[in-house]
Amino acid sequence: MFELLGIPPQALFGQLLLGLINGSFYALLSLGLAVIFGLLNIINFSHGAQYMMGAFVAWMLLTYTGINYWWALLIVPLVVGATGVVIERLMISRLYHLDHLYGLLLTFGLALIIQGLFRNQYGVSGLPYSIPAELSGGTNLGFMFLPNYRGWVIVASVVVCFATWFAIEKTRLGAYLRAATENPTLVGAFGINVPRMITLTYGFGVALAALAGVLAAPIYSVNPNMGADLIIVVFAVVVIGGMGSILGAILTGFGLGIVEGLTRVFYPEGSAVVIFVIMAIVLLVKPAGLFGRTQ
Amino acid sequence: MSEALAMTDAITDSLLAVRNLNGWYDESHVLHGINFDVRPGEVVTLLGRNGAGKTTTLRAIMGILGKRQGSVRFDGRELIGLEPRHIAQAGIAFCPEERGIFSSLSVDENLMLPPQVKPGGLTREAVLDMFPNLRERLGSQGTKLSGGEQQMLAIGRILRTGAKFLLLDEPTEGLAPVIVQQIGRTLSQLKSQGFTIVLVEQNFRFAASVADRHYVVEQGRVIDTIPNEDLAANMNKLHAYLGV
Repeated sequence: MFELLGIPPQALFGQLLLGLINGSFYALLSLGLAVIFGLLNIINFSHGAQYMMGAFVAWMLLTYTGINYWWALLIVPLVVGATGVVIERLMISRLYHLDHLYGLLLTFGLALIIQGLFRNQYGVSGLPYSIPAELSGGTNLGFMFLPNYRGWVIVASVVVCFATWFAIEKTRLGAYLRAATENPTLVGAFGINVPRMITLTYGFGVALAALAGVLAAPIYSVNPNMGADLIIVVFAVVVIGGMGSILGAILTGFGLGIVEGLTRVFYPEGSAVVIFVIMAIVLLVKPAGLFGRTQ
Repeated sequence: MSEALAMTDAITDSLLAVRNLNGWYDESHVLHGINFDVRPGEVVTLLGRNGAGKTTTLRAIMGILGKRQGSVRFDGRELIGLEPRHIAQAGIAFCPEERGIFSSLSVDENLMLPPQVKPGGLTREAVLDMFPNLRERLGSQGTKLSGGEQQMLAIGRILRTGAKFLLLDEPTEGLAPVIVQQIGRTLSQLKSQGFTIVLVEQNFRFAASVADRHYVVEQGRVIDTIPNEDLAANMNKLHAYLGV
């Protein structure tokens, strides 16, 4: 067997795979944040809690009603996205005329409340969610062993990210969204219902977080803190990619997952901080982010 | 002022009737009782110095001003209090001074953006026939167009919507004379097709070439009304108003 810089290939590919898995979640979550930030101009601090809700609702569906993973992939984003619609209508929409800081504080407070409620009800030890039977086991790729479920997560994430990018950049609906991001007043003066578009956009961003939560449920244990742990890294990813850039959020998400994985191979001590080090460097060199536009 | 009011009162068949329109930007009171009328098929201009309240009047009609009072009746329907999108759906289309071309949209996407509000709008092909320059640039980023092309795009896209009442804010601003002429021909063509147009202009020669009537705006009021046929006789007065 060949070795690369003294690293056995199984370790290298194993960590690359792990990096891609983490990158899948970074990409899905930072994509939702970027979509929301683009139109609403708020940093959605409840994103992690909404990801956690996604995993929990999937668990509840399975545990209380027997609805399986595949249906959960469809139902959970709709249910959690609907809670996002309600939150936007009842609360966030009242803050658009105020400083962005208020939106940040509101969503941060909501995150704490949501996490607190789930912690109170389910504790922090974590609940198991088993891998669906169709995706159990693994495939020998010759150079490594790939658990099927992990391969599925990567493929699903790439497909969802690409579909979202396509919908925003290449369709008529996406053109409305891009135009409203630039100049909501004028888009409203063309006869388009911008407030409804803002509400649905928030709901969509939340639904993406919830979908990521369903995908994550069989990999990480379903736990009230799962979002809080992840979201800090995701915010760093968003800062590196640049706020508001759809493609930037996706590429940075996957890219940084891989960088993190490689760091774990070559310099394990640095793996926990590498993303934050990159963030600091990017902020110094290109404050708007790698794909961001300066205002 | 009384003369202007007497004249507007005489118009009874107006499509748009603006009465005692007041408008505010945040705390500052900008419009102090604007009165004017537009009949179906007319082209009228709002003339006046910078800061007189012409652009603000258009924004107030469109509903995109922070606060407004008074009355704006369009086709018999009161628009004060309506959301901008409902005003658009009533059949009024707005082309802002800064043109409002979206940089994240291609020329074609910009063109197709405003939704249809009434039947009978120009087709995409008809707009491209009217502005052939746009046809070759459909795939370009909207803001990569020249100023004149952006203006054509800004006008062209609202012609698709089926709205027959156009609010055009300084369509000739900063454009080369040959483009100004082209836009003038376009406006005459639109008038002959039955469009009604309110034009805010600084370029008063251009205004004279297309309009039926001129309203002179000063300090947030309409202070005079000049039919286009009386323009020559009123030149001195107008020069005094506009300070040119």
